Amino acid sequence: MARDLEQYLRPGVGVTTFCPGCGEAILMGLILRAIDELQLNMDNMLFVSGIGCAAWIPSPHFNADTLHTLHGRTIPCATGAKLVKPELKVVVISGDGDLVDIGGNHLIHGAWRNIDLTVICANNMNYGMTGGQFCSTTPLGAFTLTTREGNPYRPFDLCKLVRAAGAIYVARYSVTQPFALIKSIKKALETKGFSFVEAVSPCPVQFGRRNRFDTPADLLKDTMARCITKEEAVKLSPEELEGKIITGEFTDEAD
Amino acid sequence: MGWKKVKSAIPGGVYYFSGDDAVAEGAIAARVGYFAGYPITPSTEILERISVRFKEVGAVFMQMEDEIASICSCIGASWAGAKVMTVTSGPGFSLMQEGIGYAIMVETPLVIVDAQRAGPSTGQATRVGSGDIMQAKWGTHGGNEIIALSPWSVQELYDQTINAFNLAERYRVPVLLMAEEASAHLRETMHIGEEIELFSREKEAGAPPFGTESDNGVPPMPAFGEGEKLLVTSSTHNEYGFRKVVDPLVQEKLVTRLHNKIVNNREEIIQYENYYLEDAAVVVVCYGFTARSSLFAVERLRDEGERIGMVRLKTLWPFADRVIKDIGAKVKRIFVPEMNMGQIVGEVMKYAPCEVDVIPYNQVNGEVIRPNTLVQQLRKLL
Repeated sequence: MARDLEQYLRPGVGVTTFCPGCGEAILMGLILRAIDELQLNMDNMLFVSGIGCAAWIPSPHFNADTLHTLHGRTIPCATGAKLVKPELKVVVISGDGDLVDIGGNHLIHGAWRNIDLTVICANNMNYGMTGGQFCSTTPLGAFTLTTREGNPYRPFDLCKLVRAAGAIYVARYSVTQPFALIKSIKKALETKGFSFVEAVSPCPVQFGRRNRFDTPADLLKDTMARCITKEEAVKLSPEELEGKIITGEFTDEAD
Repeated sequence: MGWKKVKSAIPGGVYYFSGDDAVAEGAIAARVGYFAGYPITPSTEILERISVRFKEVGAVFMQMEDEIASICSCIGASWAGAKVMTVTSGPGFSLMQEGIGYAIMVETPLVIVDAQRAGPSTGQATRVGSGDIMQAKWGTHGGNEIIALSPWSVQELYDQTINAFNLAERYRVPVLLMAEEASAHLRETMHIGEEIELFSREKEAGAPPFGTESDNGVPPMPAFGEGEKLLVTSSTHNEYGFRKVVDPLVQEKLVTRLHNKIVNNREEIIQYENYYLEDAAVVVVCYGFTARSSLFAVERLRDEGERIGMVRLKTLWPFADRVIKDIGAKVKRIFVPEMNMGQIVGEVMKYAPCEVDVIPYNQVNGEVIRPNTLVQQLRKLL
């Protein structure tokens, strides 16, 4: 199976730049598995990414057209390309800092316009590439290079934001839920209209080690323990929900 | 690919257009495929006309959430194979700077119209200025070469819009059309010919899209969806687009080529007009709307027997260094009137011989420089 995926990798790209234990490297494999299961033709695909670790998932790894853009500007770039060549399958893969913080207004307007784009947001809960500063998705109280006494802000619920802005398909799964995440990415790729998958991708090197997770496995285990389904979540009190990551599809009116 | 003669998009003849109308029609004549913009005075009318006209010609019009999104969507559209344009004014032009830098680095053909208004900042939205000339060249970080044109009439807003598309496609560079509020909102008659010449980007299957050994330094440009598996990044890259972010040789080679492809071709890019230079002792060097008043003043003074001439710069960047050197060798004084506190005058000083007096005239009251003002100023020099 793993060797089968090599056909999707750009010849000449031998090693990845991801740190050991990086959730985004796992995510890269899951995206390719989704593409493989759907038998999509990479000649017909354009991957747009911004700035940050997650942006390097498609560029240079994927053997397709790739556009590595400015920080936060993935969705406008993808919009222009899609409108000129509607036959292209356009997929945006980028991080939370890129898509939501600096690019938040473009994300909102992309969802509102409902352009036919698939957006995969790797949420690593900090600015990994610049060394680990807090961002809008950093958990309350977490330690980063710019929140040395603990993050004073609540984490942003990206799915609620994108859903409210008008996206057709919205889901959140963690890379520790690989089969659900592959299924969700497949669904997003098959959705006609703006689809958004938040992939929780733990960052052991920049985030984990500053929050007392000594090994990547410790952080992955913690992520597994935090992730609950939305069906489980409704049974919990607000206190019990503290620190939990609610996963599932958030596409129905009730969500 | 390359040069091609095509029929004009609208029937040849005489039209009564505003400058903004002329830009919209010039873009359609150049076979623009994608336009994105955000409303801002005094360029809004271009957006409005295009929103109607693009439906008729089958091009894509987008009103985006801001100027950053406008320029970035144009870049995406350009790589998908379309000729693209965005329009703006001062504050929006500032927002576009990162996109301009990106387009320079990934060599994206792109036309940007900046209908300049009185600044700094939001300044006077409906009033005129030419304060963005240095920003056009140096607004984006890192140092770069760019092409910027300066039209002086409605006719030229049409002609230079077409020229801007041709230059952008030919040199794979953003081309800035530095209009001014006064020309954008001006209405006058203009002529449209039956045929125009258009240049479309060169393509060559399998050729590296970011490197070339050819003399003009411009690599061929494939589009997304053509099976080229393009790797496009504004991080320093080799000729196939692979990121090389710590390699000094790749960095130097790329930056040098991006510089040289404009500078080495500047004789082909630069346009200017000379008036009455044969016997002139004083020469007015001017551009844009100010050149209209300057020509009036120069002709008035010549009628009085004064030895005065004028050079109108139609291209601001790359700067017409050799033109200024040549004039400087023949005259005593160069007068540079501008609707800013002195921008092009610095370039003139840089290239004129040091024994030539270069005298600026600056007006920043949000109004055009009137012909009589220039007559009075020039009389002091004669």
